[in-house]
Amino acid sequence: MEAKRVTLFAGHYGSGKTNIAVNFSLWLARQGKRTAIGDLDIVNPYYRAKDSQRELEAAGVRVIASAYANSNVDVPALPQEMYALTENLDTYAVLDIGGDDRGALALGRYVPAIVQENDYDMLFVFNRSRPLTRDADSAIGIMREIEEACRLPFTGIVHNTNLGRETTPETVLSALPEVEELTRRTGLPLRFTAARSDIAARLPQDIGEIFPMELQKTIW
Amino acid sequence: MADKILMKGNEALAEAAIMAGCRHYFGYPITPQTEVAAYMAKRMPKIGGCFLQAESEIAAINMCIGAAAAGKRAMTSSSSPGISLKSEGISYMAGCDLPALIVNVQRGGPGLGGIQPSQSDYFQATRGGGHGDYHLLVLAPSSVQEMADLVATGFDLAEKYRMPCMLLADGTMGQMMEPVELKERQEAPVEKPWALTGTEGKRKPNIINSLALEPQELEKWNEERFKRYDIVRENEQMSQSYCMEDAEICVVAFGIAARVSQNAVDMARAKGIKAGMIRPITLWPFPEKALKAAAQQCKAFVSVELNMGQMIEDVRLAIECSRPVSLCCRTGGMIPSPDEVLAAIERAAEGGK
Repeated sequence: MEAKRVTLFAGHYGSGKTNIAVNFSLWLARQGKRTAIGDLDIVNPYYRAKDSQRELEAAGVRVIASAYANSNVDVPALPQEMYALTENLDTYAVLDIGGDDRGALALGRYVPAIVQENDYDMLFVFNRSRPLTRDADSAIGIMREIEEACRLPFTGIVHNTNLGRETTPETVLSALPEVEELTRRTGLPLRFTAARSDIAARLPQDIGEIFPMELQKTIW
Repeated sequence: MADKILMKGNEALAEAAIMAGCRHYFGYPITPQTEVAAYMAKRMPKIGGCFLQAESEIAAINMCIGAAAAGKRAMTSSSSPGISLKSEGISYMAGCDLPALIVNVQRGGPGLGGIQPSQSDYFQATRGGGHGDYHLLVLAPSSVQEMADLVATGFDLAEKYRMPCMLLADGTMGQMMEPVELKERQEAPVEKPWALTGTEGKRKPNIINSLALEPQELEKWNEERFKRYDIVRENEQMSQSYCMEDAEICVVAFGIAARVSQNAVDMARAKGIKAGMIRPITLWPFPEKALKAAAQQCKAFVSVELNMGQMIEDVRLAIECSRPVSLCCRTGGMIPSPDEVLAAIERAAEGGK
């Protein structure tokens, strides 16, 4: 798998964008690439990329997030440092976009620079286990809403069907028909299938690129 | 097995309300419960229901009073400061003997507090919250599945006893994502002969009111309402016991605190301490019977809460102060870690506090 200079993860609310963006940044850093992650989520109050700040920075990934992320106030503001993602061309940039069209609105101001540089992958994260993306139809609906909101067309699909702790390889595989329909109808390639590392190890090799992830541990 | 889906607590409770027949939702946005209103805004128009974003929390609760008086399953949701605003209306609702579901996805307080999770509205929920002598049914979910399941339970109990029911969650419960199975319910709706549905000239008008002109009359209403509360106390206490068979130390915790405490109980057991947990599912009525029974065998209790110590009073009352009860708590949006709860269990086991 070859990464573009800028990789963006967008999609439906709760589809797993943050976990993938964090793991993707760590994956880039492990290859010795200078990497930065931008938390562009202006929707979610909890469970954000900033939760992984210590781990990311230990791996050498620069974390750019709102000073108010994970604080006690709800201020959906983005810091000026976010422009480093489009201006520092020697750094691989990973952008974690907020859910749905509302979350994607925040991306708009960075889009002209991303389009001009033209070295990006705009990936739609699809989790068939989410109630509002149970089929290709509804997923495509949300894709179009996001594209309209941020004015950046998708260039690929990331399959991330999961049921949290109860995920099994069958959970992932059961969604393959919808993934196939999604790629066929949008004409977009499946970039990879993301799964928790223990699940990823048990997936068959013929479903394309598999991206194993380590997830945040909770205390409950 | 029905198909499971991955949902946020707030989404799950909203969908569960729709599946339980709720077609009237009145809300106002506030973190960390905004997804309830957002979900209702998307779903209600598609199923012929009513989603209305009111101009304030006060307006929303009064709209609930109207819909409930008309015999509809009405619901509103908010988070701590918003519930304070609704409290006048909740008192009127209790005074009118109206059933409705009020959701509180708690955040830190007092005042504006913060958006991180908390359980510091325990007193407000279990003591009434507004003015006057009244109680709410108070249900405390501790998983996304329970966020969904307790919605239908809440509506059913509210209608059975003609009293408002509060689903007392916290920010973590509202925001966390877990697999959930949404269950279709087949139960017949409760008859509401008291509802304002139009007389069509065939019966005497129903009156729904909390104003009594004569003090004797108001006293009688209050006494009758409290007779009903006695029945609720007798019949509706719900709790879940974990490792209580031979427990010597009893942890009492609800909601997210119970999730953390369960891990701490496992850790204590691994160290040879006979710990167990009682998780209240109804906070009012408080599961006094289960606590009283536990006091027969346990030598100490530990109350784990995301507040400065509120439920601990009910634990002491339930066991009539027959055993020492200590407190393990965090506030401000912080959650006690399993290690902190374990340390509290160890102190209790050593006879300290």
